[in-house]
Amino acid sequence: MSGALLEVKDVKKHFPIKRGLMSKNAGCIKAVDGVSFSVHKGETLGLVGESGCGKSTTGRLVLRLLEPTSGEVLFEDKNIYRLSFNQMRQLRRDMQIIFQDPYASLNPRLTVEDIIIEPLVIHGIGDSHSRRQRVKEMLDLVGLSSYHGSRYPHEFSGGQRQRIGIARALALNPKLIVCDEPVSALDVSIQSQVLNLLMQLQDMLKLTYIFIAHGLNVVKHVSDRVGVMYLGKIVEIADSEELYRNAMHPYSQALLSAVPVPDPEIKRERIILTGDVPSPANPPTGCRFHTRCPQCMDICRLEEPALRPVSDKYMVACHKYQ
Amino acid sequence: MEQQPLLKVTNLKTHFFTDDGVVPAVDGVSFTVNVGETLAIVGESGSGKSVTSTSILRLVPSPPGRIIDGSIIFEDTDLLGKTEDEMQRIRGDRISMIFQEPMTSLNPVHRVGEQIAEAYRLHRGMDKHEAMQRAVRMLERVGIPSPEKRAGDFPHQLSGGMRQRVMIAIALSCRPALLIADEPTTALDVTIQAQILDLMRKLQEESRTSILLITHDLGVVAEMADRVIVMYAGKVVEEGDVAAIFKNPLHPYTRGLLGSIPRLDWRRRTILPSIEGVVPNPLEFPTGCRFNPRCPDAGAKCRESEPALKEMTGSQKVACWLMERGC
Repeated sequence: MSGALLEVKDVKKHFPIKRGLMSKNAGCIKAVDGVSFSVHKGETLGLVGESGCGKSTTGRLVLRLLEPTSGEVLFEDKNIYRLSFNQMRQLRRDMQIIFQDPYASLNPRLTVEDIIIEPLVIHGIGDSHSRRQRVKEMLDLVGLSSYHGSRYPHEFSGGQRQRIGIARALALNPKLIVCDEPVSALDVSIQSQVLNLLMQLQDMLKLTYIFIAHGLNVVKHVSDRVGVMYLGKIVEIADSEELYRNAMHPYSQALLSAVPVPDPEIKRERIILTGDVPSPANPPTGCRFHTRCPQCMDICRLEEPALRPVSDKYMVACHKYQ
Repeated sequence: MEQQPLLKVTNLKTHFFTDDGVVPAVDGVSFTVNVGETLAIVGESGSGKSVTSTSILRLVPSPPGRIIDGSIIFEDTDLLGKTEDEMQRIRGDRISMIFQEPMTSLNPVHRVGEQIAEAYRLHRGMDKHEAMQRAVRMLERVGIPSPEKRAGDFPHQLSGGMRQRVMIAIALSCRPALLIADEPTTALDVTIQAQILDLMRKLQEESRTSILLITHDLGVVAEMADRVIVMYAGKVVEEGDVAAIFKNPLHPYTRGLLGSIPRLDWRRRTILPSIEGVVPNPLEFPTGCRFNPRCPDAGAKCRESEPALKEMTGSQKVACWLMERGC
């Protein structure tokens, strides 16, 4: 496909389960089990789903922070899984990540300046003067002051730490940023500040985002397209407005209806799913959602539905529509 | 509906005396919970909402924490005047609590059935066998499939949603008059959250238990609560019926909070209204109104003296100088 910055093709990641003294293989956790999507330049693709659905693992596979079990990831038409260590390191300039927990993802022993300079040093960019200049620019860009550079992470609040994480990710001038739950750990009033910053930076620097979160309202707000994941698969992927207006997959419908709306006057019909998400070590046969699906048919138990387009730019994996 | 107060908290002050100074985590908080109603306390981290709830059960770690002033009248007696033995008889019987993280609040080395049965044995003096039967029935009430079998499970064998159901079973085992739910669904996924909220509502209808719901999620508040108090930096800044607060928030903080949540029906990629700045350091709260450094409309008076919580229209109360002039 032309215009795609990133193309993910049938990527799988199975984590082996080791048991006993001899670390015998006792099956595997199919964290990501055949995920395909593409991301265009300048757009934001949101990935939503509940814990254990494989959304964070997908984010890490895209950056090759994890080695896949199978599949391909094409970044600017290059299969990144074929690259050598050094080639991969070169490429990482273009792909960065922002983590969920700004308390755990910043080195507590480094000053903010050192944290932001580190990627520049690793990639051998500039001399010490120009690097320091870059730090100032970055701090300014994310709404911090240059005097913050000499401080340590513990002196900052959660929102400010997340800004530092963003500054570090931006230091190398990347093309793609994977935002893995960037605002989940933040208070509501701080969340909106960080979301606004991410959106402004995207417009300014023409960034491409993969935005991973479990908060559906947040994902919808920042994303152009949204993919809904369940048990290691994408069950539906579509334009975000359209998906929220008219979700087709029964799981997406339930997920959307479960989000509490901050308005006591709206009383909605709620689809309450029974039971828990099945274990990814032993996913149900057929459609993975059939054990909890309120609209389950006979075929759903036997045959796994493929992700197929139902209209232009709208794909869903459900037997109801096939 | 007649309003019969069950719990009346007046001018509660819980301060923490740390090496760095005094942290006034809860600083003069007053509110009432009526019989059968759900009162939500909303606020961000550090607003003092959880310390308020632990103060009611007298579970504030001491030292460094100490309740230095106020009264907590529950069923006509002051909980602050009770001995530790008397409190133990109240906890889990008349007032019980569910916590945010069911994995850390359940005992990992005891079977869940035993943990529920414990409440019956301690508070109702039942023997082991009878308590266990009641525990199994309680598991059934909270919607756990095959409860006899599950009663023999350890907490780690259950999923997060199931664990929270067990927590609710323990909390409601003795039919408490008041249930304190501190972020009961924050650690859960949305579809599981919907199940748990639904369960809490159903059980409340059955038993007319009052709920004090502590949360930062305004969506959960809108769905569960009858009345709301909004806390900021250890103070109540606004109080009122849930419909009134959401429709007509008076305090600039409440307005900011409500405005800053992206809504599913909003157009995407619009800039979100946000509250500037950060929650103040509790060691050095600003003088005057504690929200004034972040308030878009703060004036000279806001920086000088602290506004009190005053009644406005109907049941709504607000602590803001701007409202006093205008209304």
